[in-house]
Amino acid sequence: MQSLASYTPAFLKELYRKMVLIRRFEERAAELRSLGYIPGFLHPYIGQEAVAVGACAALGPHDYITSTHRGHGHILARGGDPRYMYAELFARRDGYNRAKGGSLHIANIELGIIGANGIVGGGIPIAVGAGLALKQARQIAVHHPDDPRARRADGVAVTFFGDGASNQGAFHESLNLAALWRLPVIFICENNLYGEFTPQHKHQTIRDIATRASSYAIPGLIADGNDVLDVYRVVSKAAEDARKGRGPTLVECKTYRHRGHYEGDMGQYRPAEEVAFWLEADPIKNYRRLLLAGAICTEDELRALDQAVEQELEEAVAFAKASPHPAPEEALEDVFVESYGGRALL
Amino acid sequence: MTATPKAEKERRLTYAQAIREALVEEMERDPSLLLLGEDIGEPGGVFGVTQGLLQRFGAERVLDTPISEEAVIGTALGAALLGVPTVAEIMFSDFATLAMDQIVNQAAKFRYMTGGRTSAPFVIRMVTGTAGATAAQHSQSLEAWFTATPGLKVVTASTPADAKGLLKSAIRDPDPVLFFEHKLLYNSRGAVPAGVDSLIPLGEGRVAREGSDVTLVAYLYMLPRALKAAEALAGEGISVEVWDPRTLVPFDRAGLRRSLEKTGRLVIVQEAPRRNGFCAEIAAIAAEEFFPLLKAPIKRVCGTNTPMPYAPELEQFVIPDEERIAAGVREVMRNAVRSASGS
Repeated sequence: MQSLASYTPAFLKELYRKMVLIRRFEERAAELRSLGYIPGFLHPYIGQEAVAVGACAALGPHDYITSTHRGHGHILARGGDPRYMYAELFARRDGYNRAKGGSLHIANIELGIIGANGIVGGGIPIAVGAGLALKQARQIAVHHPDDPRARRADGVAVTFFGDGASNQGAFHESLNLAALWRLPVIFICENNLYGEFTPQHKHQTIRDIATRASSYAIPGLIADGNDVLDVYRVVSKAAEDARKGRGPTLVECKTYRHRGHYEGDMGQYRPAEEVAFWLEADPIKNYRRLLLAGAICTEDELRALDQAVEQELEEAVAFAKASPHPAPEEALEDVFVESYGGRALL
Repeated sequence: MTATPKAEKERRLTYAQAIREALVEEMERDPSLLLLGEDIGEPGGVFGVTQGLLQRFGAERVLDTPISEEAVIGTALGAALLGVPTVAEIMFSDFATLAMDQIVNQAAKFRYMTGGRTSAPFVIRMVTGTAGATAAQHSQSLEAWFTATPGLKVVTASTPADAKGLLKSAIRDPDPVLFFEHKLLYNSRGAVPAGVDSLIPLGEGRVAREGSDVTLVAYLYMLPRALKAAEALAGEGISVEVWDPRTLVPFDRAGLRRSLEKTGRLVIVQEAPRRNGFCAEIAAIAAEEFFPLLKAPIKRVCGTNTPMPYAPELEQFVIPDEERIAAGVREVMRNAVRSASGS
């Protein structure tokens, strides 16, 4: 934990609000799924909120993220609207993806969200491509300052992935390529100690995934993934390097998911004392204590923030419930762009 | 490019030169277009297709990559999603297997998964087919795999003019396009239109030789072989119409229909193994939709259901040659006679 003095109260409160928003979004999603509103998978982000919120707090309007199975937190932290997210989870027409994606594929390029991903490690190379486009934007800014793409000349691409993905070839290929081309990419590994159901020590021989950076001669930093300010500090450093053309960084955030791999997995493969330890290290509970101890806000103010989140989510759920189901024939649309009417080529 | 219009009209280029010309013209037209691939820069590509492009456009636009197919295709996709069009080269289409997640799970589906809210305007150039003793991992014809994945367009360019016109269309297309180039065609020559806007739309087949007795469908390296077979068959009094689909997705059903209306007989050739090749799809389309036009059973002439062997005589046994194509046509003509005399 660190000194609060260097941050504005508004900034600190916003970090809290975002983490609570994610926590409650996920808890409600689990409930809504059990009530039958959500037909597909859910991989709750509960317990890891400090990573998404701390990392995205270091990002600006011209930055891009790729996300994972466990992507709701990243999308909310990046500015995703709970209304369109619930509508997508409910498979309704007003969802971010018009009911064609679901939890694993929520994307919105305008918000800088290239997408969650159903494939472990699948988003990592895509972020390298975003980094390449952002590096090109720096050239465009020099030669054609009026080109709209010049605006993102200071952009960075962030890719979130888990400890499991750090064993994929895509991870290694991408680190190598981004390092070679000095691309503005931040690789954020959320080490929650499990690749699906398999504990870290049974899927790799290292404890600190950040050490893999040394194979590519890039910085490898470790953050306390349950401390939102530590994540913010480390990712800010990586972002500054990337923006200044110093190339990529691998950031490992040590964290834990409170629940199973997906909603319905009871996570019984995890020792009870391990779970108890990490529940005690809850990123929201501890941050709440910190804000109170630092006199950043009062108990009442925090309660008011909590209530505002509940209100926002209540309205989001109502919005999603009211959103129409897609017509079955819509399945044929959006395969291709307008050149063929966008429809499936039969 | 100061030649007179007449000279331009008549100029003949190799297939490799035509592809290079398409890349040069499109890179000049769109200064954000990037090329990525293994050894495409300094070495100019294993088959020399990208020779001189690094010198002309610089290392920021012609990007030599490590041997990392998955990262290369993902990178091309990621840049495209941010509005930077890219052309990635897969040095041998066999190596696309290393990038299947990015091609099949990511690129093909991005637009659809996002409800039409994204597009990925990029091209993967796939160097495909046999080349004489290139053996099992450098010779495959995998195009049909990709036609089975909705969201990908699949182009098979068989002449220099088509290579240029189709590649330009592929680059300007807003969707992911897989562009198959056959190794044995790189040195083939033909007239190539000069204009920067000499595009050939995706989804329009081409009658490569007019005929009236039988429609012979062929693409990539099977096209020149089919044309030779047609020439030989003309001497036997069989008039063969050779039809090149040019793109497999989208597929020009109307063009195939027009040809079958003339001939009523269909022979389809492919270099790939017979089982589940694109021939089977064409045969199914014809059987389902054009059955009333057919006077004889459909015939496929395909590669054998084997991996590609090394020895040249084995390789030549595995893929269809002129004689086997001609035999397929004769069989269809005989069947037609038999069914006519039997009725």
